[in-house]
Amino acid sequence: MQLAFTEQQQAFRSEIRAWLKANVPAEPLRTFDTEEGFQQHREWEATLNQGRWGMVTWPEALGGRGCDLIEWLIFEEEYYRAAAPLRVNQNGIFLLGPTLMEYGTEEQKARFLPAMAEGRDIWAQGWSEPGAGSDMAAIRSTAQRDGDKYIINGQKTWSTRAVWADWLFGMFRTDPESERHRGLTFILVPLKTPGITVRPIPQLDGLPGFAEIFFDNVEVDVSNRLGDEGAGWAVAMATAGFERGLMLRSPARFQETARRLVELYRANEASASHDPQIREAVIRAYLDAESYCLSTYQTACRLSQGGKIGAESSTNKIFWSELDQAMHATAMSILGARAELLPHAPAASGVGHWLDGWLFSQSGPIYAGTNEIQRNIIAERMLGMPR
Amino acid sequence: MDFTFSEDQLLFQDSVRGFLVNEITPERLRAGWDTETGRDPALWQQLAELGLTGLTVPEEHGGLGMNAVDFVLLAQECGYVALPEPLVNHALVAVPLLQDIGGELAARWLPLAATGEARVVAAVEQNLVVEDAHVADLLLLERDGRWYALEQGQFSCERNESVDPGRRLFSVTVPEGATVVASGPQASSLRSATLNRGALGCAAQALGLAQRMIDLSVQYTADRKQFGKPIGSFQAVKHHMANVAVRLEYAKAPVHRAAYAVAEDAAAAALAVAQAKLMACEAASLAAKNSIQVHGAMGYTWEVDLHIFMKKAWALANTWGDAGWHKQQVAAVIFADGAALGAGATFQ
Repeated sequence: MQLAFTEQQQAFRSEIRAWLKANVPAEPLRTFDTEEGFQQHREWEATLNQGRWGMVTWPEALGGRGCDLIEWLIFEEEYYRAAAPLRVNQNGIFLLGPTLMEYGTEEQKARFLPAMAEGRDIWAQGWSEPGAGSDMAAIRSTAQRDGDKYIINGQKTWSTRAVWADWLFGMFRTDPESERHRGLTFILVPLKTPGITVRPIPQLDGLPGFAEIFFDNVEVDVSNRLGDEGAGWAVAMATAGFERGLMLRSPARFQETARRLVELYRANEASASHDPQIREAVIRAYLDAESYCLSTYQTACRLSQGGKIGAESSTNKIFWSELDQAMHATAMSILGARAELLPHAPAASGVGHWLDGWLFSQSGPIYAGTNEIQRNIIAERMLGMPR
Repeated sequence: MDFTFSEDQLLFQDSVRGFLVNEITPERLRAGWDTETGRDPALWQQLAELGLTGLTVPEEHGGLGMNAVDFVLLAQECGYVALPEPLVNHALVAVPLLQDIGGELAARWLPLAATGEARVVAAVEQNLVVEDAHVADLLLLERDGRWYALEQGQFSCERNESVDPGRRLFSVTVPEGATVVASGPQASSLRSATLNRGALGCAAQALGLAQRMIDLSVQYTADRKQFGKPIGSFQAVKHHMANVAVRLEYAKAPVHRAAYAVAEDAAAAALAVAQAKLMACEAASLAAKNSIQVHGAMGYTWEVDLHIFMKKAWALANTWGDAGWHKQQVAAVIFADGAALGAGATFQ
């Protein structure tokens, strides 16, 4: 055990820190749930890519830096410390990208990866359907083979950032006789294809952060299939695999929230100290965010030495999503009567972006597999309780 | 950056676990409750033969010269079986304290500690009572800003019964003219270091206790049937245990980091230890709460083994610094001006 960074790791930290200092926009970008903000974030992805900071874990040949998990954690720490823009293309870079590297043909890699890296193609996910939420194997949207085409029909929903995205990846039922996990195929679909209707769905903040997508005889070339026909479930499981789950929410994000929460508490101590539970909750936020960081480093070190990740990784999503909710709830308590005010309201002094964060934190226990499903997985696969 | 244990450390943990699980059965623990000392010299001898009593004793004094990182996984295993012998105190707390005190005292007692001929026990005043004073061949006791070295027979002690029948706790009277081995600023720095080690020992044992309660509950809920099914197949029961698993999972790395900070004598050891103890004892307390719930009425009985581990978890949560005290250690750091918080600060 040696809990210090190597010189090389420290140099890496200095390099990204300097680059971010020089390049992070002084004015925060608008949210990518607006058309203007989406475009700003697309440009930011291009800027990141020019500095070769867009996909640090990708191989060098593909425009990345071949970073290991520890370097990736360092990158994330600096990224959140610098309050750099959120990643509009995280579906592409962190989920689809590695899946393409594993399952894609050479032709597919050349076709999709550079455009993804440069922010030319922004990707949305197409998993959920009206009848397939937590029960993802209940997918009913079909892709019927017709020569070298698939004809897609059906509906996807809760597709984040699909309103302005360029492409969608998801699963469709290619074998009409099949049930559950069998007969599903992973297909990449350009959202501008005729027959596709994208209907925005306003989220809790009123902005169209996700969409439902209707497919009416949409023709897609067979070359857009990732992996074998009928093998979609295995490809999708790789997409949702642990390291990518880890990359979905790195500890840095929550450590920065905890740091801001401590600041908020100190700035409002006169009123906040009336409720001793608030102080307790701030201490708890710090402890949990640090523990999440420590556990992630420990896991990353174990994996980098060839260790295997087990079912205990299912604890990850519950931990960070409930931490995020708790931290924002505490911030709301500290802000008191100001908590409900939108940031531009005349009486909303010092409210920062806590309200936005509070709203978003409500989604954490729901997306990427509800926390109830995660608890079932923990009980059955990690603890071995009966199904 | 290497946050892993070595192959040797993990193998040692495995072999110690194997030994402890075989030897320290619930039946044996229960038998110990009714004996005069509650401690078993034959078992202590076996622990010595495994090299455990001398693990942290420097090699020149006949030990293995290992540190808190080497011992922390073993302390977890001691928790898993609710080991009654004062091994964690001896190896993780008292022996390093003896080394810090140094001089003739250390030269005389460390070799005896290594072989297990002497059981050394340390206690700070904050603990209120002294664990295992009755079997301590040497008791290192902090009182009124001084450290005393008391040999068995040189002090009187009066038993305080605990909710945990496995714990033996004593009010110790320091005799007039007892040997003072440290005072002033040295005594105070020894107290801080000793508190850190004691709290780390509690935290590591709490991890083991939580795991044991999970294991007992998983077994019980697989066997117990209602409505024609094992009750462990019901989501309401599963989620109780999943909640424990989550808290336990995220308490492990803080305990291991605290062991590293203690071994390295890092300036931030007190913060790391406070965090570890709060996280681990909270996980163990939740394990106790949810485990008794899924055991139903059986969990409320003396007969079912759960209470052995539950009561120890309750006790450890409030000794070597109660939760409020450790939270105050954390608060003093994070609410200070210029505190290093946020992304990238963890290992600085």
